Amino acid sequence: MIVEVGHYALVLALALALVQSVLPIWGVKAADARLMAVARPVAWGQFGFVAISFAALTWAHVASDFSVANVFENSHSQKPMIYKISGVWGNHEGSMLLWVSILALFGAMVAWFGRNLPKTLLAAVLGVQAWVAVAFYLFVLLTSNPFARILRAPMEGRDLNPILQDPGLAIHPPLLYLGYVGFSIAFSFAVAALIEGRIDAAWARWVRPWTLAAWVFLTLGIAMGSYWAYYELGWGGWWFWDPVENASLMPWLAGTALLHSSIVMEKRDALKVWTILLAILTFSLSLLGTFLVRSGVLTSVHAFATDPARGVFILGILVLFVGGSLTLFAARAGALTKGGLFAPISREGALVFNNLFLTAACAAVFIGTLYPLLLEATTGGKISVGAPFFEMTFGPLMVPLLLVMPIGPFLAWKRGDLLAVAQRLAVVFVVAILGTIATWWATRGGPILAPFGIGLGLWLSLGALAEIAFRIKLFSEPSVAFRRAVGLPRSAWGAMLGHLGVGLLIFGVVAEGAWKVEHVLVMKPGETVQVARFDLTLTEEKTIVGPNYDATVAHFVVREKGREVAVLEPAKRNYRTRKMPTTETAIATFDGFSQLYLAMGESQGGGVAMRIYWKPMVLLIWLGCLVMAIGGAVSLTDRRLRIGAPKPSRVASAALPAAAE
Amino acid sequence: MTRKQKRLTLIGLAGLVLATAVALVLFALDDKITFFTSPSDLAQGTVKPGMRLRLGGLVEEGSVKRENATVHFRVTDGANAVAVTYTGILPDLFREGQGTVAEGKVGTDGVFVADSVLAKHDEKYMPKEVADALKQSGHWQEEAAKATPKTN
Repeated sequence: MIVEVGHYALVLALALALVQSVLPIWGVKAADARLMAVARPVAWGQFGFVAISFAALTWAHVASDFSVANVFENSHSQKPMIYKISGVWGNHEGSMLLWVSILALFGAMVAWFGRNLPKTLLAAVLGVQAWVAVAFYLFVLLTSNPFARILRAPMEGRDLNPILQDPGLAIHPPLLYLGYVGFSIAFSFAVAALIEGRIDAAWARWVRPWTLAAWVFLTLGIAMGSYWAYYELGWGGWWFWDPVENASLMPWLAGTALLHSSIVMEKRDALKVWTILLAILTFSLSLLGTFLVRSGVLTSVHAFATDPARGVFILGILVLFVGGSLTLFAARAGALTKGGLFAPISREGALVFNNLFLTAACAAVFIGTLYPLLLEATTGGKISVGAPFFEMTFGPLMVPLLLVMPIGPFLAWKRGDLLAVAQRLAVVFVVAILGTIATWWATRGGPILAPFGIGLGLWLSLGALAEIAFRIKLFSEPSVAFRRAVGLPRSAWGAMLGHLGVGLLIFGVVAEGAWKVEHVLVMKPGETVQVARFDLTLTEEKTIVGPNYDATVAHFVVREKGREVAVLEPAKRNYRTRKMPTTETAIATFDGFSQLYLAMGESQGGGVAMRIYWKPMVLLIWLGCLVMAIGGAVSLTDRRLRIGAPKPSRVASAALPAAAE
Repeated sequence: MTRKQKRLTLIGLAGLVLATAVALVLFALDDKITFFTSPSDLAQGTVKPGMRLRLGGLVEEGSVKRENATVHFRVTDGANAVAVTYTGILPDLFREGQGTVAEGKVGTDGVFVADSVLAKHDEKYMPKEVADALKQSGHWQEEAAKATPKTN
């Protein structure tokens, strides 16, 4: 019964979305305030019904109602509770329901926080938002119904894929979807602006918090997925340039560009047409990501299903929305007023530089991801584009961007003084060079480029700190510095943290890539192996019984200079229901950020195959992402975003302090 | 700088970045991609040694031999088989008689030296390239075909 209520609620949500997609926009066209006023309550109602629907599916999973096909396929009565809940979105149908639920949630939030938006803009935005919602409700109801029943209910379910039974995977999809779907708001605002044919700096100020929030979630989602792949798959890598990873990286790159270009639009009323285009492209790439992952054109751990009908349906949605919005853009963009000009050496110039390189890098990832699909579709030739391609294209496009990154925030709007910036950054530059030389000296004979990478990390992170130091006059009187630090807009702190996070990320990437140590060997109990500065002894191999699996565990004692520093127990699990083995890595962290990483292979000839890694500074990779996301969140609490946008006025925006980003 | 010069500087920079990106992508597409082959393709001798390849097929029954951390096995598509060596930990679901994709190069002795070996993600999944190659060589079993769609 509850399941049927869930199904019915989803149909009602579709009905409300249909209303929401027509009446408010009609109201905008007919200048009818009553029709426009429909948008907000309907958006709330839509979210309410989707929430009921989602809760119903969750209930079916928690109660292990195996008469529901979705629960039967993906759950098991003995599965721990957390995975019963995360199993709701650990499958195709459930994850699409999560997708539309988050879409409706964002719609309801726009309706709530958008009270002080101009009536026509709010109505148009919610209308466009509902178009997207209608398409995805239809997709779920027609091709991926999670509420389908099985006529004769089985006694036991098939269990969730064991590698998805992990706390990391419980939160990775919701974070990622909050990011993907969050960009739909920027898209709806862009299309609404095109429909209205009017756009100004205030528009950028309304869009920015939504973009920022989506970006924060996407950053966290990607980082979470990367860390999950690192510890769960047992390969020791943190990024594989897998098409599915690229599918999330592309909207991230475009979204990062959008964050920066919307600053120019907000502060200087320039780059308007470009910002609109980026907003459309960012969400289009999110839709493309959904298509790539959900259509089954890719084979990967994420490809839940390869039902051609679903692929065609999502492709239809993709073509409709991307094609439609770009056509609208082509028709209307010319009508938008152009903003002010600026010198190439200026804050605007630096942000344009950022946008150029981010979009170029995004395009390179796009080509590398889609070229194999295109080739197979046209010539039938099968190729794979892997890490070497992306290292050769993405890498060189990132380097200039990273080199210029610390300089940008120092430049003034309209016309910057490069010489003055050079004076301020001279110390940081010298430290970065010294760091490069010192690293080269300490690691002679190692990879040649690595010391430069460390230098780049220093340049980025110290550069970000220096900018704040200068703005609060850190080296003047402490009381002055404190007062200035408190008075500084939060967005400035956010920008600093964002850039600092990139610096930390670079440290981690370079150190892990250049100085990791890998040992693959077969060990017998009692044997000891030396890895980096540690001695690892395999003391015993034992068997244990878990709730829904049996496991073989290798017990390792780790010693450093004869002193025991850690006990590690990598394991191999065999899940009973699916008869599927998984590798459970064992990881110990040293020096704050470096990790000793053990993955177990097969037993053979009285011994067991082991893969042992020493990964220096590897945690900085994800810590860097976390710092970036925190930066975004801090920026989100900025006063001018928190209290809502004032009426657009040239005088008011000119009088604002020259707040960075 | 005049208005026009400012515009031109911007457009010039954009063009330069775009050209660089295009050049990088074209060069990398020429040099850094990996072709998928089947054991039969390799047997025809059309592949020159040293080229990076993905070799897909089934792990031949009874061919897996271990020697410390190095594994020797043969990949077959039913018609032909290729010897493969790999040093490292095999994926959890690497099994004799099951689909696999090995990435690496053919040595001068004709042995395929893999630097990574992929297997399916669970017991129902088969790499798509392998499935297609098996269909081509007529070794595709309907039972397996029915099981492929759900991979979770």
